[in-house]
Parts: sequence; structure tokens; C-alpha cells
Amino acid sequence: MDWIQTFNLAAGALFDPLTAAYILCAIGLSVHFGYTGLLNFGQAAFAGVGAYGMAVGVLTFKLPLLLAMGFSLICIVVFALILGIPTLRLRADYLAIVTIAAAEVFRYLMSTIGFASVTGGSNGLSQFGYEFYTWNPIAKGQYVFGPFNWSEEELWLRIVAFGLVGLSTVLVWLMMRSPWGRILKGIREDEDAVRSLGKNVFFYKLQSLIIGGLFAGIGGMVYVISMSNVQPSSWVTTFTFMIWTVLLLGGAASVLGPVAGGMVFFVMLVLTNEILSGLVAIGWLPFLDQPQVGQLRFILIGLALMLLVIFRPQGMFGNKKELRFNV
Amino acid sequence: MSKDIVVGAAAPGCKKVDPILVASNVTRQFGGLTAVNVEHVEIPRGKITALIGPNGAGKTTFFNLLTGFDKPNTGEWTFEGKNLAGVSSYKVARRGMIRTFQLTKSLNAMTVIENMRLGAQKQRGENFFAGLFRFLWSGEEKKITETADDLLKRFKLDAKREDYAGSLSGGQRKLLEMARALMSKPSLIMLDEPMAGVNPALTQSLLEHIKGLKAGGTTVLFVEHDMHMVRHISDWVIVMAEGKVVAEGEPSVVMKDQAVIDAYLGAHHDTDLGTMKKGK
Ligand SMILES: Nc1ncnc2c1ncn2[C@@H]1O[C@H](COP(=O)(O)OP(=O)(O)OP(=O)(O)O)[C@@H](O)[C@H]1O
Ligand SMILES: [Mg+2]
Repeated sequence: MDWIQTFNLAAGALFDPLTAAYILCAIGLSVHFGYTGLLNFGQAAFAGVGAYGMAVGVLTFKLPLLLAMGFSLICIVVFALILGIPTLRLRADYLAIVTIAAAEVFRYLMSTIGFASVTGGSNGLSQFGYEFYTWNPIAKGQYVFGPFNWSEEELWLRIVAFGLVGLSTVLVWLMMRSPWGRILKGIREDEDAVRSLGKNVFFYKLQSLIIGGLFAGIGGMVYVISMSNVQPSSWVTTFTFMIWTVLLLGGAASVLGPVAGGMVFFVMLVLTNEILSGLVAIGWLPFLDQPQVGQLRFILIGLALMLLVIFRPQGMFGNKKELRFNV
Repeated sequence: MSKDIVVGAAAPGCKKVDPILVASNVTRQFGGLTAVNVEHVEIPRGKITALIGPNGAGKTTFFNLLTGFDKPNTGEWTFEGKNLAGVSSYKVARRGMIRTFQLTKSLNAMTVIENMRLGAQKQRGENFFAGLFRFLWSGEEKKITETADDLLKRFKLDAKREDYAGSLSGGQRKLLEMARALMSKPSLIMLDEPMAGVNPALTQSLLEHIKGLKAGGTTVLFVEHDMHMVRHISDWVIVMAEGKVVAEGEPSVVMKDQAVIDAYLGAHHDTDLGTMKKGK
């Protein structure tokens, strides 16, 4: 096993734009679940709407990329309203069911042949993001920092992606120290109590759903710009559960939780893969073959998530008194 | 004394001189059970009114209906002369009619002081955009915190200020809920069993506090099983049984009423009305 290579891969995962994309989605979910108590199991759809909104804006409506991003944010607000208005007056479980179903419906709609002229069907869309690199102010060349070695485009993408993570984190911090955030936390604890104090609970839940959805949508845009294509199969339920893992790992009701959770999660993913593959290669794990390693590490992650929820439900950063699983 | 409360003789559904809340034909059925069936009732303004009745009489359900937490099968009611039926619960609270819950609703994962601050209404920082800029709401927050600290002191919770509400005892949570309800300076406060689980020493000071509310112009309507408290502080007593208002009057008169004692105690005639308490 090549330790240097393993270390470099792990370090690469730390600042991978996809890591940033997941973190952004997890920040959105922290607004939904961590602070408001909304059980959203369709975060993949919010990210997907963000991704498709931008791609369709560029390719079908011929919008400049920045406007297409704005268009995509409007799509997310509309999507949140469609999901939220009928369900947020009902008990918490209804939102869970509706979001999980809506995410599947969204994915099928994107892959169906009927809309293929707009969505690209199951092939998805590509070539919508080139304008992003024309904004790059960084001079051409290779940039080396410690274990990192990035081209100017790779560096630019990482600066923007993690810049967005930083901005979103600050924004959530500002939101949650305000009286507005206090109402969300109250709703998480007991909506009827908050109602009895004269707060329009439905309206605040709707705001939370929209704002958390917007973070996820931005995450979706980062994701597809980094991949340089958007495909329906990206927005599967597994995507949503990876976001949940990231969130719970870091701490659902903590500002830095999603960031730390995302970084630790993806580094662990690389490390377990490398170490297990290495052990298989030198014959220490005779009952495993290489393709099974990929599956085993997800089993290990599932196990880690279970242990985490049981023994440290507040995550790495959360405050135990502030978050228990009382949904 | 009853002259300044009631018009004519005291009787179930009698007219009041200056009612703050007037309800008519309020019914609520759960399946075949009629939990509330109130023909007419008026709550006198600026007084302390007790709503008493045996377990399952429909007192809590009536509270829920009046405050928009439950929908009646029939009925209309007005608050300060304006219709309040069908108004959603948060708007009821904004109109100045605040209630507490029999099963305490403290926000356990928030600190005591944050619970209190949440009680203040129409805060500027409750708007999303204004909330992002602290200087827009920090002044208001300071005033709210002063009011909150003042109330916490009066309810003997000031030592618990920074503790999570979940770490309070049952009685302390009752106190917190009541103090929080007062943050918005309601014109009518509806307390569902405020004394249940509160120790006798504190009961005394709470009674004084409730009297103080009245002196400050707040109307109080409370549900209570503790007859000492009812006798001690209420100006008026309304008795419910099986969903109906069965008696009304001054406390001393109502509690001597044999029909009330029968309705209240049912089969337990050996129990002394003055010592009945409920430990919820
Ligand atoms: N959600 C509900 N579904 C079905 N029945 C209910 C419901 N809420 C209350 N009831 C019934 O309505 C009746 C009145 O209940 P309510 O809670 O109003 O009584 P109460 O006067 O507050 O009693 P207590 O003094 O014990 O608090 C009871 O018979 C109760 O079983
Ligand atoms: Mg009751």
C-alpha cells in the first residue's frame, strides 16, 4: 500500500468541490431539520432542481450563466412552495413522506423521454458551465500547496465552492442568533407552544423550507459544474442519505457541523477504500475481492452512522442538550 | 360585590356588566361524545374568573376551542366585541388572548431566558431580513430581556435563567410557561391548571402575582382543581359538568351549592371539596 498516495487522495477529498456540494446541501438540511425540526427526506430533489434549473436556463432559455443561476433559485422557491403549502400545516411525518415521494417523482420526470428535448432524458445535460471558467481571474498554470496540485481551473472551482460554503455558514450563524432563528428553534421543540405565543408557525416553516432548499440548490449547482454534466441518476435517495450522514456526523444544530461532517465523511470514505483495497491486495482479507470493498465501506459507514446516532446524537459539534431525537 | 359583575341574578349563562369574552352555542363532539356544549357564557373584564368542574367536564377542550387550537362543531364567540370564532390560534394570541397548557409546553432544548424572549410579540428581528442585522433589533432585545428578567425574578426562576428548560422540574416548567405567557402583556390570560405541581410556599406568592395582574388591568380566566386557590383569589366561578355550564356565581356562594358539590364530586361524597387537588 502506498501511504503517500493514500494521504494525497484523502487530502484531495478534503477540498474536493463535490465535498463542498454535499456540505452546502447539509447546511440546508441543518436549517430544515437541525433548527426547525422539519423532516426533509428529499434534499436530493432540492439539489436536483437547482442543478437542472441552471442547466435548462443556459441551454433552453439561452440565459447567461449568472441569470440561469438566478432562474434556478426561483425554481427552488416554487418547488419548496409546492411541497410546503399542502404539508406544513399537517403533522411532521407528512412532510417526510411527501419529500421522499417528490424526490422520486422529480427524478423520473427528469429521465422520462417526454421532456428529453429540455432535460436530456436519461442522458442528462452537459455543456452549460463553460462560462463559469471564463470568470476565472487566476492566471494559467499549476498551483501546488503541500499535497495539493491544482490547475488554475481546479483552483478557481475550489475557491468558489468553498467560498460559498463559508458564506453559507456565516449566513446560518447570523440567522440562528436572531429572533427569527429563535422562532425556528421553538417550532422544533413544540409548534403549539410557539403558536400560543402569537407566531405564525406555518409561515416560518415555509421560510425554513425555502431557505434550506436554496442552500441545497446552490449545492446542486456546484455539484454539476464540478461534474460538467447533470444526470437524473445523481439525485437518488442515496444522495439524500449521504447528506443526512454528513449532517448527523457534524451535528445537526450546529453552525460548523455540516462543514466538519462533510470533510470528515469524505476523507473517511477515501481512507476506508484505500486501506481495505490495500489489505485485499496484500492478501490479508482473503474473503473479500476488490469490487466488494466499495460495498463494504458503505456498510461500515452505515454502521458508523448507527453508532453515532446512538452514542453521540448531537454529532461532533452539537450540544447534547440542544438536540435529541424527539421527532 | 357581585353587583359590578353580573346583570340581574347569577345563573348559568348570565349576562355580565362588562364582558371581555362572550361565547354562544359552542359545541364540540368527539365521535359520539359531546365534550363541550356551552349555550352561553360571558367572562367579566378585569376580574379573576375560575372555571371549575370534574375531570372530563370539557374545560380544556373549551379553552382549545376559544383559542383556535381546536375547531368547534358549532358556535361563535367574540373577544373585546370582535368576532374570534374561526380565527387561527396565533392571531388569537396577537389579539391579546394568551393561554397556557394543562400539559406544560416549555421549549426544553432552549434556555429559560430564550423561552421568555420568545414570548414577546411583534419583534423586529423576527423578520428574516431584519434578523440578519443585529443593530436593527439589539435595542429591542435588550428591553425584552429586561422585562423577562423582571418576570423571572417574580416567579423565582432567576437562578435558572441560563439553564435549559428541559432541566427544570415540572412545577418550575408551569411557572416558566406562565411567565412566558405574560411577556406579551395580554389583556386576557387563560391558565389551564396553573397550580398543579407547584409547591404550597410558591402557590402563595403566585396567588399574589395573579392578583397583581388583575390590579394591572389583565383579565384572568383559569381552570383549577385546587379549591383553596379558587376561593382565595377568584371573583367569579363558572362550573362546568359534562360539557355544560351548570352553575355560576361568587366563589363563596357557588361552593356551598349542593348541586355543584354533587356535580363536582360525583360518587366521592366523602371527599372534602376544600382539599381536592390534582397532581398533573
Ligand atoms: N382529542 C380528543 N379526542 C377524543 N376525546 C377527547 C379529546 N379531547 C378530549 N376528549 C374528551 O372530551 C372530554 C372533555 O375533556 P377535557 O380535556 O376538556 O376535560 P377537562 O375538563 O379539561 O378535564 P381535566 O380536569 O381532567 O383536565 C373528555 O371526556 C375527554 O375524554
Ligand atoms: Mg383539562
